[in-house]
Amino acid sequence: MPVKTLTINGQLVSAREGETILEAARDAGIRIPTLCYLPGLSAHGGCRLCLVEISGSSRLQPACVTKVVEGMEVQTHTERLNAYRRMIVELLFAEGNHVCGVCVANGNCELQDLAAEVGMDHDRFEYLHPNRGLDASHDRFGIDHNRCVLCTRCVRVCDEVEGAHTWDVAGRGANSRVITDLNQPWGESATCTSCGKCFLACPTGAIFRQGSTVAETVRDRSKLEFLVRAREERQWHV
Amino acid sequence: MELAELLAIGERERSSRRPVQINCCIAAGCLSAGSEAVQRSLNDSVKAAGLQERAQVCGVGCLRLCSRGPLVRIEPEGDLYERVTPEQAPGIVAALTGGHADAQRGDPDSPFFRRQVSVVLENCGRIEPERIESYIAAGGYQALFRALHEMTPTQVIDAVSRSGLRGRGGAGYPTGVKWSMVAKAPGPRKFVVCNADEGDPGAFMNRSELESDPHRVLEGMAIAGYAVGAEQGYVYIRGEYPQAIHRLQVALRQANRLGLLGGHVFDSPFAFRIDLRIGAGAFVCGEETALMASIEGRRGTPRPRPPYPAEAGLWGCPTLINNVETFANIPGIIRRGPEWFAAFGTEKSKGTKVFSLTGKVRHAGLVEVPMGTTLRTIVEEIGGGSADGTPIKAVQTGGPSGGCIPAWLFDTPVDYESLTQLGSIMGSGGLIVMDEQTSMVDVARFYMEFCMDESCGKCVPCRAGTVQLHRLLTKIIQRRAQADDLRRLEELCDLVRHASLCGLGQTAPNPVLSTLRYFRHEYEALLARPEV
Amino acid sequence: MARLKLATLWLGGCSGCHMSFLDMDDWLIELAGQVDLVYSPLADVKEYPENVDVALVEGAIANDDNLHLIRVVRQRTRTLVSFGDCAVTGNVTALRNPLGLAREVLDRSYLDPGNYRPQLPCEPGIVPVLLDRVQPVHAVVPVDFYLPGCPPPAARIRKVLEALIAGRTPMLDQSDLKFG
Repeated sequence: MPVKTLTINGQLVSAREGETILEAARDAGIRIPTLCYLPGLSAHGGCRLCLVEISGSSRLQPACVTKVVEGMEVQTHTERLNAYRRMIVELLFAEGNHVCGVCVANGNCELQDLAAEVGMDHDRFEYLHPNRGLDASHDRFGIDHNRCVLCTRCVRVCDEVEGAHTWDVAGRGANSRVITDLNQPWGESATCTSCGKCFLACPTGAIFRQGSTVAETVRDRSKLEFLVRAREERQWHV
Repeated sequence: MELAELLAIGERERSSRRPVQINCCIAAGCLSAGSEAVQRSLNDSVKAAGLQERAQVCGVGCLRLCSRGPLVRIEPEGDLYERVTPEQAPGIVAALTGGHADAQRGDPDSPFFRRQVSVVLENCGRIEPERIESYIAAGGYQALFRALHEMTPTQVIDAVSRSGLRGRGGAGYPTGVKWSMVAKAPGPRKFVVCNADEGDPGAFMNRSELESDPHRVLEGMAIAGYAVGAEQGYVYIRGEYPQAIHRLQVALRQANRLGLLGGHVFDSPFAFRIDLRIGAGAFVCGEETALMASIEGRRGTPRPRPPYPAEAGLWGCPTLINNVETFANIPGIIRRGPEWFAAFGTEKSKGTKVFSLTGKVRHAGLVEVPMGTTLRTIVEEIGGGSADGTPIKAVQTGGPSGGCIPAWLFDTPVDYESLTQLGSIMGSGGLIVMDEQTSMVDVARFYMEFCMDESCGKCVPCRAGTVQLHRLLTKIIQRRAQADDLRRLEELCDLVRHASLCGLGQTAPNPVLSTLRYFRHEYEALLARPEV
Repeated sequence: MARLKLATLWLGGCSGCHMSFLDMDDWLIELAGQVDLVYSPLADVKEYPENVDVALVEGAIANDDNLHLIRVVRQRTRTLVSFGDCAVTGNVTALRNPLGLAREVLDRSYLDPGNYRPQLPCEPGIVPVLLDRVQPVHAVVPVDFYLPGCPPPAARIRKVLEALIAGRTPMLDQSDLKFG
């Protein structure tokens, strides 16, 4: 398999052909912030947090879908990118109702961690305080749309790993919502297998396990990775 | 079908024509003003006057001066009647034999018509869009025959390249280059897609082109199919254009019946089938990757490029996507040669461009001018200045992706590069004129509201950023904003422009940025004084 | 050198941030040696004084009393610190915003439950009037420094106060920026 060499933040990095910048950076120990990306699922390219600068290209490129090219020079944390990332996280906080103090995911939330990572000490945008509702009709799980960042990890994990495709997106723009089946209550969904992969994939407290406390809301994402690895690479010995 | 048969159809059509044609516009603008009843009444009047042998009433495509519809034009004399009512029809017919017409007469020699050049619209308003014979009599489908029987696919692409034609959807990508990319892309199946999802507020060029001369677009697509090696084409057209959809359906049926589309086109081994796909009202589906997702039956959201459609488009196959007007340019280029086409326009922008001229302008309608024509010519000569004499302040080009160009820059020639340099874009051809009474901040907010409503919601900068931009603009308009908010507005524009996933988001800030560039004082005048 | 004049305020919040403040335990004694606490729910002062050096503002802007007070505080204070998540983001206090404007919130709270003779509280001059929207402090007046947390842990508060007392700009690293 041909190997490509490139530089990320001036550091010489090698990568397999066909790998993305994000994968190459991870292997080299360089963290690029992500939100909609989840290993094992198809890339979505929607959160725009992993945008990087590539020498010779005027456009910013999402690291999660951009393939490495020989001799590529990538910058992941320029002042401009840092400023953009903070604004994107601020936009997310202003758009939903993210109240960490009373959230079941407090301490286990990728959005909360991102806010700290991008140095967001306050939100410069006006809070929209939408009233997006909550669906607790399922026996074991629930979804609070107020905490949803529309990363579509649940949609993809349900379709691509579980194969049920219970979740999808309805509406557009700020009115977008993840829905179950044809917008029926989750508890009435005919396709949901109650496998809980959407709960494992959710980066925030949007999809939660009923009756779980904050301390119990720990998501073991390695379970998803294990499933994907077992299926794609036929490796299931831990 | 052989060439002789095609020519015979044209000949039959021409020889069956009456000496006088009473052309009644039946494009959507005039239809909505009641031209269907006018056409009926004209027919009755011709019969009543016993002039059936001398005159015939034809329902034709757009006669261009839409603001004065319903329009009736007498050929070959060229007399023009405006705002015609069914009651005025007998008078118009009587005038053919020396009687008096009480209908309002228009001036067919006014600058509105005189300054226009017809390339794409050469048949528009002259042929009957629902009759293929009418198109064939005007030389239709000869270019397709020629491409299939006298040219190799490479020669066709070469001709398109040499013509200098660039994409008329707005971005201006060289059409020949795009075609050759698709032609060279490996793959057993390829597709040709016509983007007719015209959604910019105030834009109706593509609709008029399809309503007036649908076969021309189909012929262009078939030539493209031959050139790139595709056997299947789709016209993706928005559901809000029922008239254009109907005429396309009629045209497809006719072309299939005559063997001009389908299997063995012109008795050659080339097969090309075209299907319609009707959009359900999402503006973002005009973005090529969202459009393809929609054709495939999925949710119409864009995806990151690369891969570009030319490599991996519909169902992963190489796909050529061009705008309606781009395809409509093709038959002329093949029939008359690339040099003929390249003689129009400027060094870098060849040919003509069709605009829909609207807003506070005296003569609103469909306009075709050579590239490089100045905005002043379009707005002041063709458009006749503002409707009530109020000074004109700016013109908006390119819809929600474009910008406002102030009156003091009206000597700018209309071509891709010049408009981009001014912070606007050529766009697909919407041209909205604004006078001194228009608040540019209101204009910016109008477009932002449009983008906010039309954002698909996939990427954060566009979904949430446009909402915040709209709020900031509202805050400014309500005089609650301070200098800090203006700074935030600019920062956020920068983010949405550079971080959004697709063209919709990337260009959404343009109306704000261009009005800030030329009319910053209007924003500043609305700022509240800081609270003490 | 003059002792630093410190104020702490309790606007629309639960006073948890002040509890966390008290959690600084014995360092409070050291603090008392370095600052004058000129205004605080922990001190019986009626009028917000002039020339305050540092004010820690807990809570969001939820009623007209909060609004009036924060404007006074801003005028009379050199360094205004948004103290805790309610001040920084609106947080729990702003949970009512999705319900609607003040009247809808009051209806929902006092009338909808339908107890015996439900009525809306209305005592002008005694019960402050609710604002239609709860806002974070920086949406109303300029804020100099943000101290997030629900509540901010005592160590984080101390870090910020130490810096301010020493005349430095406080620097919070990633672990100290966490909401919640």
